[in-house]
Amino acid sequence: MNRSRRIKLQVFRITVFVVLGAFFLVPVGAMFEFSTRGNSINAPRTLEAWTQIATTPGLGDAIVASLELAAITSILMLVLVLPTMVWVRLRLPRISRIVEFICLMPLTVPAIALVVGVKPIFIWISNFTDSILVLSLGYVILVLPYSYRALDAGLSAIDLKTLSEAARSLGAGWGTVMWRVVVPNMPSAILNACLLSVALVLGEYTFANLMNYENLQVAIAYVGLTSAGTSIAVAVASLIFAFALLLILSFVRRPRTGVAAADPVELDLSKPLALSGAVYGRVGNR
Amino acid sequence: MSAAARPLEGGRRLSLSWIGAVPFFLYVGVFLLLPTAIIVGGSLLTPGGTLSLANFDGIDKPYMFKAFASSIAISSVSAVVGAFVGALLAYAVVTGKPDGILRRSVMSAAGVLAQFGGVTLTFAFIATIGTVGFVYVFLQQHGIDIYPNGHVWLYDLPGLTLIYMYFQIPLMVLVFAPALDGIRPQWREATDSLGGGTWHYWRYIAGPLLFPSFLGCTLLLFANAFSAYATASALLTQGGVILPLQIQALLTSETGSSQPGYAKALALAMIVIVLVVMALYTLLQRRTAHWLR
Repeated sequence: MNRSRRIKLQVFRITVFVVLGAFFLVPVGAMFEFSTRGNSINAPRTLEAWTQIATTPGLGDAIVASLELAAITSILMLVLVLPTMVWVRLRLPRISRIVEFICLMPLTVPAIALVVGVKPIFIWISNFTDSILVLSLGYVILVLPYSYRALDAGLSAIDLKTLSEAARSLGAGWGTVMWRVVVPNMPSAILNACLLSVALVLGEYTFANLMNYENLQVAIAYVGLTSAGTSIAVAVASLIFAFALLLILSFVRRPRTGVAAADPVELDLSKPLALSGAVYGRVGNR
Repeated sequence: MSAAARPLEGGRRLSLSWIGAVPFFLYVGVFLLLPTAIIVGGSLLTPGGTLSLANFDGIDKPYMFKAFASSIAISSVSAVVGAFVGALLAYAVVTGKPDGILRRSVMSAAGVLAQFGGVTLTFAFIATIGTVGFVYVFLQQHGIDIYPNGHVWLYDLPGLTLIYMYFQIPLMVLVFAPALDGIRPQWREATDSLGGGTWHYWRYIAGPLLFPSFLGCTLLLFANAFSAYATASALLTQGGVILPLQIQALLTSETGSSQPGYAKALALAMIVIVLVVMALYTLLQRRTAHWLR
């Protein structure tokens, strides 16, 4: 590459990074600025909006509810999806395409459309309990594509057949195979799937709002009607929390020596967005 | 004797194998397939159980037509602009060091921002260019009024389109970067050695190769914006401006419960549009996959 072309390319790259960097960073900065404003124009900076998070009615409950939903959804997802995926790989390879298709289906059904069909089921469920935690039953469906991709990458990286046959020949039952062979061999894939689920549940608004449950996002929207500063403070906090989750992820996926190195899972949200497993399977493996 | 017993044994093992997959299929049956069936059945069947398009009757009303048109307009504009800007950013990223810190951090950030949306994102933009927003006030103090006629377009379709860019551009970077990575420097060198310039290279080599992928990614962005609901719901206070908000109105209001088939008909229309767009996207991605190795 000659010199003038290289300079042109560098000018182009710097321009793009500066302009788009501003577009993406300024709104986040503005949110932080807004949340530290005093009551009048010339009032000094204050953290009042942040301290009010604790005292605003309903907000604390919603935060706790969302965290509980995130935990329940992650556990339910793992218990439901991981044994099925292992079982299908070992004993029912014929239906693996069907399972993949079903797991990726929520990507083509918009949540706002899905909720129309899910609402009657939840109205029926509300005959038995009015706890917000039943929302996690629907959230498992929403996180299905992301957790499927993360777990699929983890399972592809281990020699599942040999490991399970070895364990079985030594007298292990299926429970032992799952709990003491499969799970310890793909810790980062499982963590990855869980963190993606947590991030999605903490940001979920559609299901909760339209089925009249007050989770974190719905509460932020309500509080925003009366106290913009506090709601924006919560929004910043939830954003920082999401970034912290991502930071944990980037540490987890760093290649280590030994067994963990055979488990190359990347945080790549684009993969589940592709309908075709073949195309992205190939791209993702590069 | 043993030959006769074997198929029986095989048959029994098969039936036992199926049991392992039952919990999963039961669960997705109730919470994914049944809702889909409720939408399809509820929109195409009358209460008596006969096939009919009666539930789609309201779709030709002017306000509904407007909601459809607005939905398609903001999805198209945010997809096309997002695709162009995202492609520029993706190009700026892939021309850097393959394992550099810049590339890693941009791709990680894109992973988060592509999923970012809803209430938080809306508040971020209100805090930026809302009427008391940081940037708006700053610009106003320097003599620039971004709302010249007093029309605060942030709370209207242009504002929604601008906010959508915040997740459309990162999504484009995520899905288009692999295609750009597949472009080999040797092709550029070959163009050079044959006497071609930058224009020739983009017009005859890289452009035609990348175009199917670019088009496919644009379609994905369209589907992404078309399905988005939370951002619009938090931003727009007057109801029914775009299709998802019409569904919201039907689900939360009294009129909705008097015509239960109508919301399902709208949901089905949305699903069909997204399904067609995503199928085209998959076809175009397959085309790209031929040379992307």
